[in-house]
Amino acid sequence: MPTPEHGDANAVRIGVYICHCGTNIAGTVDVHAVAEHAGTLPGVVVAREYKYMCSDPGQELIKADIREHRLDRIVVASCSPHLHEKTFRGAVADGGVNPFHFQMVNIREHVSWVHPDKRAGTEKADALVRAAVSRVRHHKPLETRRVPVRSDVLVVGGGIAGIHAALTLADAGKHVTLVEREPTIGGHMAMFDKTFPTLDCAACILTPKMTAVKAHPNITLWAYAEVQAVSGYVGNFTVTVKRKPRYVRDDVCVGCQECIDACVYKVGKEPDAFNLGMSKRKPIYLPFPQAVPQVVTIDPESCIEFKSGKCKKTCVEACADRHAIDFTQQERIETIEVGTILLTTGFKVFDAKRLPSYGYGTYPNVYTALEVERLLNASGPTAGEMVLRDGRTPRTVGIIHCIGSRDEHTNKHCSRVCCMYALKLAHLVQERTGAEVYDFYIDMRTPGKGFEEFYNRVAEEGVHFIRGKVADVYPTAEQDGRLILQAEDTLLGNVRRIPVDMVILAVGLEAQADAEDVRRTFNITCGTGGWFTERHPKLAPVATFTDGVWIAGACQGPKDIPDTVAQAGAAAGEALALINAGHIELEPNTAYIVAADCSGCKTCVPMCPYKAIGFDAEQGKAAINEVLCKGCGTCVSVCPSGSARQNLFEDDEIYAEIGGVLAHA
Amino acid sequence: MPETTTGSAAAAERFEPRIVAFFCNWCTYLAADLAGTTRLKYAPNIRVVRVMCSGRIDPQFVLDAFAKGADGVLIGGCHPGDCHYESGNYKTLRRFQLLRRTLRALGIEDDRFRLEWLSASEAEPLKTVVNDMVEKVRALGPLHLEVPAEAFAAEGEEVAAR
Ligand SMILES: Cc1cc2nc3c(=O)[nH]c(=O)nc-3n(C[C@H](O)[C@H](O)[C@H](O)COP(=O)(O)OP(=O)(O)OC[C@H]3O[C@@H](n4cnc5c(N)ncnc54)[C@H](O)[C@@H]3O)c2cc1C
Ligand code: FES
Repeated sequence: MPTPEHGDANAVRIGVYICHCGTNIAGTVDVHAVAEHAGTLPGVVVAREYKYMCSDPGQELIKADIREHRLDRIVVASCSPHLHEKTFRGAVADGGVNPFHFQMVNIREHVSWVHPDKRAGTEKADALVRAAVSRVRHHKPLETRRVPVRSDVLVVGGGIAGIHAALTLADAGKHVTLVEREPTIGGHMAMFDKTFPTLDCAACILTPKMTAVKAHPNITLWAYAEVQAVSGYVGNFTVTVKRKPRYVRDDVCVGCQECIDACVYKVGKEPDAFNLGMSKRKPIYLPFPQAVPQVVTIDPESCIEFKSGKCKKTCVEACADRHAIDFTQQERIETIEVGTILLTTGFKVFDAKRLPSYGYGTYPNVYTALEVERLLNASGPTAGEMVLRDGRTPRTVGIIHCIGSRDEHTNKHCSRVCCMYALKLAHLVQERTGAEVYDFYIDMRTPGKGFEEFYNRVAEEGVHFIRGKVADVYPTAEQDGRLILQAEDTLLGNVRRIPVDMVILAVGLEAQADAEDVRRTFNITCGTGGWFTERHPKLAPVATFTDGVWIAGACQGPKDIPDTVAQAGAAAGEALALINAGHIELEPNTAYIVAADCSGCKTCVPMCPYKAIGFDAEQGKAAINEVLCKGCGTCVSVCPSGSARQNLFEDDEIYAEIGGVLAHA
Repeated sequence: MPETTTGSAAAAERFEPRIVAFFCNWCTYLAADLAGTTRLKYAPNIRVVRVMCSGRIDPQFVLDAFAKGADGVLIGGCHPGDCHYESGNYKTLRRFQLLRRTLRALGIEDDRFRLEWLSASEAEPLKTVVNDMVEKVRALGPLHLEVPAEAFAAEGEEVAAR
């Protein structure tokens, strides 16, 4: 069995502090009893309880005790170390004790909040405090590691979040590489005609920012590209980016589009993805007129030259001496070094086909809201005219809220923007067509600056609001293309059947289909539904558990443009703070080899995922490169001679902890 | 404590297993944190020992816990492919299988030793796992080891080396 080996562990002077966290802990744990019990443990010189340990007076308490009682080990039992370990280490260091002579006990998240039985909770808190007290006596003085932070930044996803973040960082003088997987930046916002609640034209506020991205000397824009792999750690990431071939040289193309006019296809034949398939495009295309970069793309799936090699290549002729078109272009793999990464990969809309009772995909006059955004857009498939798939102009329109949101069977969450965009669409449809609009909602959710006012305005404009969930959409008996919306009006208490020409489904927001892959590539966590998880829901909403990686916008959860932009600015600001500091302090939890005990068996060498363990053939011993080690400790647990050790997670510390939780009080 | 008298009286008769849980810092420990922030309720019988990665869990830790009186040991790590350190959990899985065989040989039932992949968002599954394990170990009753603790240490070294 292991024995204490770091100094004289028996001579330690431990201070133990039990936090009430108001009533959060004290409500279900007898904090007084826990402090009393702690006071009886070997080595404990003072044991106290206090209302809020993390507050200034709480921290002062520790510092004063260190001075008065010559404490050299501190245990604080409060919340999760993920929340306040840094805070308390700081207090311990301020008090003049090595910050790693500290152990935190989680009696809130792991005890008081999950165990309502006060007796059982108190007993568990006692056990955990006992474990920490036994453990902390073995702690060694350690120093944090300082690593330099490169100033270059990677931003992934060129929606409004990525655009705003990239511009903020670039304006601050940092070099940004913006990687967007579509041929153009802009994201969802580029598809809208107007934006709630102010109804400003989306293009008018977005396109200047898109152009600014392209023009900025500090931004390298790689559209039609994807991140393949990321290695390294905060301050020093190596990123490989796959740049898909457009078969058009982006350094030469000016976006004049003469090639598109000249294409042997006189009209488009391929469904246009940007217009959600409601129009056709040619094999050579620009997604929309204001696309950035202004570079056309050839789709090899539909281009005759790619399919048969026998095209007249009128596009090449049209491009003349620019020679921008290059059928031999290959995929390019680029490698860049960055210090920080911002993920702004946005969302996707709920697939309305998953709910067949609403008839999407069955009845041509059922549309998703995103499709209607395109129909209303002057650069959309109908040049902004509200015409239905059967050529008619709708005289009655039904909007259904919460499609794929707030439902056990699809998504439990509220998508947060749908009520507002539904109101926007109600207003715009009525304005453009004079149609009667029926808006079916479950609850009208309009929390936001100017939102409730906007709702009132739309109501005054004569939109009919019906509180009730539509249960069924079916054709009229006349089979005239009209559809009947059947719903129980929960305000009137009767069933309504309203015939309409057009149905608009307010589809919810979901995490991107590849969110899991992206999360893995960047080594961050996803919560329920695939939304990227923030470090703390309130206090660190754009940071992640992976240092140096931030998230912003709708990839973190459904949100509107103002909130997206606010997050993007916040993430850029936090990255800037780190870049300007120039370095970051890392946990000293690296592994090391005690050379004298190493038998040279090499068991540990292949265990390391970072190739941090080398073998010194001359000495016949393993050696760990501290810079490469990330501190997982896997090598330590396989070492047969016990010569591989891990700082902060030493064997004797862990055995002491095990003994502590199991010891009888 | 008058409000818990009846509860405690009933509990006193019931065997309350003691389970040591080794959770990795990045997934399962965070799942337990999330269980707290969402105020889920689960059996108070587990005692969490935090390690950075499940790969750090030396088989001897498990044996030591049993030798020191644990009635069960739970290991929690990130899902395959999700380890914060790429592959620590795969090593844990391999070691777990070997260790389980050793434990069987020592007469320790499978239900007393569990490995669960629980991601940072899986507070609800964590609750289910803990409750289920506590019930199963409760049904098995206290662990009475017949092997001396020193024999355990030797076994652990062998498993670790593999
Ligand atoms: C129908 C509808 C109407 C709306 N109307 C309004 C409104 O009027 N007002 C308002 O405030 N909000 C509105 N919203 C909400 C608004 O769309 C979002 O707030 C906003 O788009 C979020 O921006 P984002 O940059 O986070 O995400 P997105 O706009 O989704 O942009 C994400 C970008 O990242 C790219 N990307 C994704 N994955 C990768 C990857 N792996 N690698 C590289 N690039 C990637 C995408 O191609 C995209 O360009 C509406 C939403 C919908 C569905
Ligand atoms: S970090 Fe969770 S198992 Fe490796």
